[in-house]
Amino acid sequence: MPTLNDYLVLSAVLFAIGTAGVFVRKNLITILLSIEIMLNAVNLTFVAFGRALGAADGQIIVFFVMTVAAAEAAVGLAIVIALYRHRESLNPDSFTVLKW
Amino acid sequence: MFDLFAGVAVIASLLVIAQRNPIYSVLLLIASFGALSGLYVLLDAPFVAVIQIIVYAGAIMVLFLFVVMLLNAPHEMTEEDIEHPLAIVRSGATRLGGLLALALVVELVWALTRHGGESGVFGNAAVSSVAAIGRLLFTEYAFPFEVTSLLILVAMVSAVILARREGGPDAAPAGLAEPDLSRAPAGTEGDR
Repeated sequence: MPTLNDYLVLSAVLFAIGTAGVFVRKNLITILLSIEIMLNAVNLTFVAFGRALGAADGQIIVFFVMTVAAAEAAVGLAIVIALYRHRESLNPDSFTVLKW
Repeated sequence: MFDLFAGVAVIASLLVIAQRNPIYSVLLLIASFGALSGLYVLLDAPFVAVIQIIVYAGAIMVLFLFVVMLLNAPHEMTEEDIEHPLAIVRSGATRLGGLLALALVVELVWALTRHGGESGVFGNAAVSSVAAIGRLLFTEYAFPFEVTSLLILVAMVSAVILARREGGPDAAPAGLAEPDLSRAPAGTEGDR
């Protein structure tokens, strides 16, 4: 029977994996995917705490987090498309100026 | 059951980071989300499990997959990647990032396991029927719910504006922020 601690440790590991992805990878799409991993780790924490406290509010916050994640993915991918159109590259190192 | 789902989630997420090809990354992330959905079922949260599959794996990841295929980008493959496939042994900022992430996981796991098993097993109170969530969502959380719809509308409009091809016949400015967005790309269009 897994305890609350098991879920929290799993969530921490997933969050760290997402952080590593943001730091290490050099591809804008993979960085966005890593952000999704981090958001899901936080979602798991919310649901686990909601289960432990016997309240449904955790799941409602997860609903809102998913909404924000969907909006973020749509806007982020639109920005990625616009950037790729200008530089033909997905490497964040090639976008070092705000204006060109 | 928990071990199985947790293992699948962690391994799939690690492979997402390790893959060179973004398409494989997206597909592996869908596998990871499936495992997380199983964990939500174990946590007595069927509503979250279902919208995890439908919204995340079904909608958001398909959007990612669509963009990956639309851009048709080459794999990221620098000389450094070929020399050192492991992030820790690479140079400069990348090594720092890898070390930071490693420090983060060590610190978090240490902080969580320090107490040693006193925070305990879940109680029996399973309150999370879909009806209860719906009732809460439309009474106590009605205002945030409505704000959410506004957020999605804004995101939709901005995605359309940002990803639009510039210089088209419909490039009429309609807001405060929009002239900046459309003018800067128009300059590069002329430079080209």
